[in-house]
Formats: sequence, C-alpha cells, structure tokens
Amino acid sequence: MAILINKNSKVLVTGLTGRIGSFHASEMAEYGTNVVGGVTPGKGGSTHNGLPVFNTVKGAVAETGADLVIAFVPPPFAADSIMEAADAGIKTCVCIADGIPTQDMIRVKRYMRRYKAESKMRLIGPNCAGIITPGQAFAGLMPPHIYLPGRVGIVGRSGTLGYEAASQMKSYGIGVSSSIGIGGDPINGSSFRDILELFENDPDTDAVVMVGEIGGPQEAEAAEYIRDHMTKPVAAYIAGLSAPKGRTMGHAGAIVSAFGESAQEKVEILGQAGVTIVPTPSAFGETVQKMLA
Amino acid sequence: MDIHEYQAKDLLKRFGVNVPRGGIAYSPEQAVYRARELSGEKCVVKAQIHSGARGKAGGVRICSSDDEISDAASWMLGRKLVTHQTGPQGKMVSRLYVEEATDIAQEIYLGFVMDRTEERVVVVASAQGGMEIEEISENEPDSIIRSVVDPAVGMQNFQAREIAFQLGLDASLINQATKTIIGAYRAMEELDASMVEINPLVVTGGGEIVALDAKLSFDNNALFRRPKISELRDKSQEDPRETYAEDRGLNYIGLEGEIGCIVNGAGLAMATLDMIKMAGGEPANFLDVGGGASPERVLMSFKAVLNDPNVEAILVNIFAGINRCDWIAEGVVRAVQELELTMPLVVRLSGTNVDEGRALINESRLNIITADTLAEAADKVVAAWKDARSKNGGAV
Repeated sequence: MAILINKNSKVLVTGLTGRIGSFHASEMAEYGTNVVGGVTPGKGGSTHNGLPVFNTVKGAVAETGADLVIAFVPPPFAADSIMEAADAGIKTCVCIADGIPTQDMIRVKRYMRRYKAESKMRLIGPNCAGIITPGQAFAGLMPPHIYLPGRVGIVGRSGTLGYEAASQMKSYGIGVSSSIGIGGDPINGSSFRDILELFENDPDTDAVVMVGEIGGPQEAEAAEYIRDHMTKPVAAYIAGLSAPKGRTMGHAGAIVSAFGESAQEKVEILGQAGVTIVPTPSAFGETVQKMLA
Repeated sequence: MDIHEYQAKDLLKRFGVNVPRGGIAYSPEQAVYRARELSGEKCVVKAQIHSGARGKAGGVRICSSDDEISDAASWMLGRKLVTHQTGPQGKMVSRLYVEEATDIAQEIYLGFVMDRTEERVVVVASAQGGMEIEEISENEPDSIIRSVVDPAVGMQNFQAREIAFQLGLDASLINQATKTIIGAYRAMEELDASMVEINPLVVTGGGEIVALDAKLSFDNNALFRRPKISELRDKSQEDPRETYAEDRGLNYIGLEGEIGCIVNGAGLAMATLDMIKMAGGEPANFLDVGGGASPERVLMSFKAVLNDPNVEAILVNIFAGINRCDWIAEGVVRAVQELELTMPLVVRLSGTNVDEGRALINESRLNIITADTLAEAADKVVAAWKDARSKNGGAV
C-alpha cells in the first residue's frame, strides 16, 4: 500500500498541455501511473495525448473521480492552482513549481485551514521532485527506474539527493516503499514530521531515510517526533555542512538564519533523538544496510 | 535581494513611517551641499552598503562642519567597509546618505520576518533597540515581544497597539507608534519584502517616533511582480562572480576554495561541496545547473566557474532525472574544447541516458577524469588538484 500514491490513485495533471506537464504526464503513464486527465483553463473538452482536458479541477473531479493532482503550473500561478485543487476535494496535491513567492505560500497555508481535518488536502512541495511508490505509480520528475520496490521509506527536501539515496540503496539491494519529496521552499505543504508519521503508520514500511539540509525548524521538529513517537528506525543525512551562514544555497529555504538551523546542529539534534546519521552523501546504502541488519 | 538604507527609508516613508530628512551624495562636495540643504547644526554621513553594523566599521559619522563632512565623505567613498556581515572582502562604498542629526531619547527594535514555524509574518519588537537582534535575544531575551499576523486580514491596529504598550511607550506616543508599526507591516506585505528591520526606531527628545535606520530585503521569487523594486538592485554590492552567473540565469554562490563545482539540484550541490571538504579540498563555488540543462547551459556554467581566478580544478556531478547525461556530456566536451581547459576536470554522470553520456566523454579522447560515484568523484578531483599543484610548485 505504501503512502500517498499507489497504482489505484487517479492522477490529474494541471498544466497538462504545457511542454513540461505533457512530457512528465507521458512518463508517469508509461510507468503504470493511472493518469486520468489534465486541466488547462480554456482547453476543456479537448484531448491531449489521448487524455481528456478540463477547464477546472472541479470539472475534472466530477468526470474522472481524480483524487491526486500534480501541478506543473508556473510559479506565478501555482498558489492559485493549489487552492483550486484543495477546493475541488482532491486528497493529495504535489506541486513541482520552484519559485513561488513566500507570501503566496503563506496565503495557501492559511486558505487550507478552512477545511476540516478529514476533508483537508495534503500538499506535497512546492519546489519538489514529487512522490513515488516504486513498482506502482509516481507523480513527479524522478527517473523511476532508480527505485527498487521494497520496504524503506525516503523523505527529503532535495530531488537529486533523494535519487542519490535511492540508487545507492538499490545497489545494496534495498528497496523503497515510497519516496516523498517535500521540497526546498521555506514554507511547504508537508513537513518531515508529517511524512514520518505516515511512514510510522504504514504497514509496508519498516524504516525511513530522511534527507535534510540547512535552514528552517523542520528537522528539529522531526527529531522530537522520532524520539517520542517512532518505533521504526530512521537514518538521516543533512546537506550543507560547508555552507556559509546567511547565504541561500539554491533552495529558497536553505539558509541558516537561527540557532539549530546549521547542518552541524541538525545532525546533533537528530543524533540525540536516536537517529542513525548518514555521515556522507556517499554512505546512504552502507548506513541503511547496517541499520537494517 | 537587499537594498540600501536610503532606498528602504524612501519606501517606508510612503507607508507612513517617519524618517529623518536626508539626501544622497556621490562626492564630498555633494555631501557638503546636502548638509547645507538640511541646514541643521549637525548632520550624519552614512556609507550606503548592503550591510548592518556600519557604525563599528567607520561608516557612520556625526559631523558639525563642512570640513568634517568633507573628510568623512572622502574617507568613506571608494573604501571597502568590512563588517561581520560583509565577510572579509568587505563592500564598496560608492554612495553616501547625508541625514539630519536626530535627538535620541529612546531606541527601539522593530522587525518583521517570515517565520518558518508559524508560516506567517511575525513582528518582533524590543525596547532594547540599537543592538542587533541576536544580541538582544542573548542579553535581554525577556524584552522581546512577538506578534503573529493572520494573512487573511493582515495586521490589525490592536496588535500594533499592544506592541506599543508592551514597549512601555508613553500614552501620547501610542497612536504614532501604531501608525509606524502598521505602515511597516503594509510595506512588507505590499512590496513582497522577506524582511523589514527598523533598528533603531527612536523616540526623539521632541516626542516623535522616527526610523533612524532601515533594512528591507525582498523575496527574489516575487520580483517578477515588483518591477520597481527590481530596479533598486545595486550590482556593486554583489560578489562579481555571482553577478556574472545570475545575469546568465545560473544559480551560483561564490566561496573561498579552489575546486569549482557544477552540479544539478541544490541538495546534491550542497552535498557535493561537503564531500569535497571531507576529501580534503575546498570548494570554490556552489552551482546548481538546474533541470533539463542544455549543452549551452553547461558551457555557460563552465564560464561562470572559470570566471573565478582561484579555480584550479573542476568537478561536474550530475544525477540526471529531468536532465540528460548525453546533453551534459556534450556541454562538457564543448567547454573543454572551446575554453581550452587544461586544469584537472572530473566528471561523474548518473541517471537518465548515462551510457550515452559516458560514451560521449570517452570518445572525445579529451583529458577528462571520470568517476562512477560521488565519493570517487570527490576523491579524484581533490587528488588531481593536489597533484597539479605539486607539479606547478604550489599553484596551477
């Protein structure tokens, strides 16, 4: 079953008719993902690569029963697209856009509070590589063949560093239950803690690998959750040991601005919470193998 | 993006925040002229650089005669001021702000930040102004007042009033303080600022509330809808290596070492820098080439990395998802040929079209060292760099 996406998920692609949306929708479908259609305002009623196109998310949900949206909408319009998905009753929305203004994300998070917990959409990202349950389905940009199906969950901010973890694990014969990219923005939909909780409650996941980085409070918050609530072992790598203070390292959220936000401090906090530290980005495979032994 | 103090004050003034009168000067003569326009007994000459703590570096001088103004201006202009925020290379002073002197009765700290735990704008204030907020939270943590703004309705008057009363301000000053706090918040929201800091906000002897210093930073992701703010960018305050890269749409940060890096993805790029350091080298830069990088973009990345004269070896580390290793390889081969690269170059390719990419590198018969894993790549580039150094008697 794994988490957030499986072969039964009905995936709707917003921005389907754009170059990027179009390309990745094909890749997703080819892998076996149940892509049910797309949304491009003004192009409703047409088809694109054999998929029905709708004007609105609500319209698409009514026709297809879609429950998962992947948004390939450019940053200036992404916040609007996320709120539209939330209002249409979508369960999970994955937002890829890198470059959404922070105030837009503040508004999105505020807007989503209007829904009761049971009908509230889960947002993944923005500025993420997406989500995959290997062997079943994916919604994102990742090269899916690098993931071996298995029982270790991955949650990370960075896309390519997540690939690094998955492919090293594969070379050690370790498979992945689901891999979730929470994205590199300072304000994001789901935190490490949120995803760890899903993995903790997932019967198909035995252990979790966390790929964190400098900046923000979410790794420390995760450490607290792991210490107090997690029974499954967790390994973590934190990128940015050599990053200078006060500089934004590519991801808008990767900036050390307060105590506890440097890589060293995060490693220490996670280590104290009982997390197995992956000492270098080349040691994912080896460390996870030892942890599982 | 950061802007200068005088620009920040000009913007805040439009939102109803009181600021001292002043004018900009590019020469000592102009500074003296500006002071005459202000016609007070004293004025303050302030170096305009993108950094706080300018006073300690000699960048703020109170003057009471034309000679003093002229001397202060001559000393500052063309000088690189070094503060703990600028790094050892300092920042060049090319403009001055000449301001009327203010009679200070009380100094307040007022800041607005995007709080990542609250996921909202948080107002931070303290009656212990003048110090940096880090010092205040260390020395006077109890003096810090925090108030969270609900983005659905924006900051409310009562919140500003509460802050004003908690600051211990006299009842006669509450309305002015409220107006100032609300105005600064509106500037933050309406201009897509990522941070507003007024430190100090002062109460004058005459019972006025005035922003004596001001710092505004802007959300780069929102500049597309703030064209007037974008115009305030001052490239002279940036690392020239970064300006070069940014103007070409590359995500680059200059560092102090000798090993240039070209990587895809911010997380992997950070991890690559960490690996180089662990292998005994020092990275010269952070560079995220991005997704779907064309051969031209790879070539451009090489140019940006080589624009730093300290670079003595280069590591290319790609884990292709939306990228294609064959495009990257094509860009690498072109870069080596077109730029006549002689320094050690290590290339590690993984992911989409990796076999095609590796074949292109091998078939080129160029002097490119290849690696299969990140660890191997870092070890090889550091070894090759050290080897080249020793052969060249210490420098490449």
